[in-house]
Amino acid sequence: MVCPPLAPCLPLTTVKAGESLPAYSPPASFRPRYFRRPNPMTSPRSIELVCPAGSLPALKSAIDHGADCVYLGFKDATNARNFSGLNFDDKAMAEGVRYAHERGRKVLLALNTYPQTQNWQRWTRAVDRAAAFDIDAVILADPGLMAYARKTHPDLRLHLSVQGSATSYDAINFYHRHFGISRAVLPRVLSLAQVEQVIANTPVEIEVFGFGGLCVMVEGRCALSAYATGESPNCDGACSPGKHVRWEQTPKGLETRLNGILIDRFADGERAGYPTLCKGRFEVGDETYYAIEEPTSLNTLELLPDLARIGVRAIKIEGRQRSPAYVAQVTRVWRAAIDRLLAGVQPFRVDAAWMAELNKVSEGQSHTLGAYYRPWK
Amino acid sequence: MKLSLGPLLYYWSRQSTLAFYADMADAPVDIVYLGETVCSRRHELRLSDWLEVAGVLAAAGKEVVLSSQVLVESESDLKTLRRIVSNGHFRVEANDMGAVNLLEGQAPADGWIAGPTLNVFNPATLDLLAGLGATRWVAPPEMSRAHIHALREGLGHGMEVEILAHGRLPLAYSARCFTARHFNLQKDSCEFRCLGSADGIPLKTREGAPFLTLNGIQTQSAQVHTLLGDLPGVCAEGIDILRISPQGAHTLDIVALFRQAVDGLIPAADALREALPLLPAEACNGFWHGQPGIEQRAPV
Repeated sequence: MVCPPLAPCLPLTTVKAGESLPAYSPPASFRPRYFRRPNPMTSPRSIELVCPAGSLPALKSAIDHGADCVYLGFKDATNARNFSGLNFDDKAMAEGVRYAHERGRKVLLALNTYPQTQNWQRWTRAVDRAAAFDIDAVILADPGLMAYARKTHPDLRLHLSVQGSATSYDAINFYHRHFGISRAVLPRVLSLAQVEQVIANTPVEIEVFGFGGLCVMVEGRCALSAYATGESPNCDGACSPGKHVRWEQTPKGLETRLNGILIDRFADGERAGYPTLCKGRFEVGDETYYAIEEPTSLNTLELLPDLARIGVRAIKIEGRQRSPAYVAQVTRVWRAAIDRLLAGVQPFRVDAAWMAELNKVSEGQSHTLGAYYRPWK
Repeated sequence: MKLSLGPLLYYWSRQSTLAFYADMADAPVDIVYLGETVCSRRHELRLSDWLEVAGVLAAAGKEVVLSSQVLVESESDLKTLRRIVSNGHFRVEANDMGAVNLLEGQAPADGWIAGPTLNVFNPATLDLLAGLGATRWVAPPEMSRAHIHALREGLGHGMEVEILAHGRLPLAYSARCFTARHFNLQKDSCEFRCLGSADGIPLKTREGAPFLTLNGIQTQSAQVHTLLGDLPGVCAEGIDILRISPQGAHTLDIVALFRQAVDGLIPAADALREALPLLPAEACNGFWHGQPGIEQRAPV
């Protein structure tokens, strides 16, 4: 397979003084790419399963185990999982898109970090590359980049990333009016009733996180990593990056540090976790505890019928940094659950085996409903 | 260069809050941002009370801006947001895109303020917001001097630029309340424990090093970001407005030190030295220098 040629970089899109941005209306020729390939596994009213692909083997694993869509990123700071050894170069991208499309599945590209002035063209070029690779939708957070994508590639489908921090229909409708976004991914902060309220008041499809590592902070509104390490989730696509991590066995126990800051200390026999800085133990007052969050994963499998009922259009599985085996395991369980739901089996029942499978790959082997469960807050 | 007083990020009693703003009427700040931006459960002052405070400060010659809540979750949050946007008197600082959505077309002729949580990191986005009526931009606190400089050079619109010059860094927001969690309470029945700590609750590492501050659903730095010592560089950059974030005590003294240093009445280094004992924790300025925010760098 020959890589498609890349479109040239185009100049920055700006709105002149006094001009307001015209409301978005698609060109007459607009045939959304997203709907060109009917997916035999889903009908328009069904729930799409959107799975993580940090590598080509993970992508194939997701597709082979029943993902409707995979999401992935280029090998740089243009996406929020900018970790070494992850993501797609041009060759892997071409192969991944071919593999997915041949099987009637979709490929979504995360370009969901915030470009800065000096590196702006890396992001616009990434949008151009996405279009050239026949990506089904790009997942963006930056409004300036959305304006660029909309103007330069009018038939490229746009999704609003969770990094856009849009938690209300007013916020989501802003992106819809100006850039014609088709879907928004909600931050992991709303209750079920609040998600329902959003869906009832926007024409934009809503995607929510179903499973995986839990960001306790509103995505796009967290600078903790920048504060501790200088590497920012918003601009560098990195949180608690590996190059700042130090593990050290001391007389007091195994210590994990991030840029020298002690994140946790583990006694012999305690399971030591990666020092994600919001999931360490800290001293507050006289207590030492997980002051922000325990190492745990979000798991909303039991809410699946509710999510479908209120009109959620897609479930996202977190974990581009995880192995192809993780992707296979989680995708298989969620595929089975969604298929059971769509088959109309009443009442919908979650198999104990599904939960056991998911718990095996959960952070800290435990799970939570996160913000869907009010007492969690 | 103007000085602004940022919105009060902590939860103080009604009496303390009103006394604080009564003092600010005579303080050498030009702009005062008002309103609850952190948590909708905080109600010592309701919007009508904030509007009253706004009236008093405006009568004292301050430019008053109403700041919108950063994390909007419920229909009731949206209702408050609509009331703020349509207040009819005061300009509004938009702290989420929902506010931008409502301000478009409704804002007064002198426009609205793009708040620090809108994540504006490049000129394309800021020009777009300018086209929708934004006339002032508050840079995200994590943005360095070099990045702010580059963004301004690329701008097609005129735009006032404001930076956080003093105060604990607002680093993260969550659906979860960490103050309630600390007291083993649920958020819905938090007993308004934020009232008990005028500067938030200190969080330390397991070796006792100050690291963060818990302030309800907001997580702040433990260290106090202050650019008092960096004022020569800040002035050289042509920043229009310096924001001072209210702290539990000595805010008035900090404002006075900034005013004197900005006006050249005392050297910046002296002002910083005088300010240090007035801070609730050690100082930091790393973000301005393109370094981890927690660090304290020598002024350049």
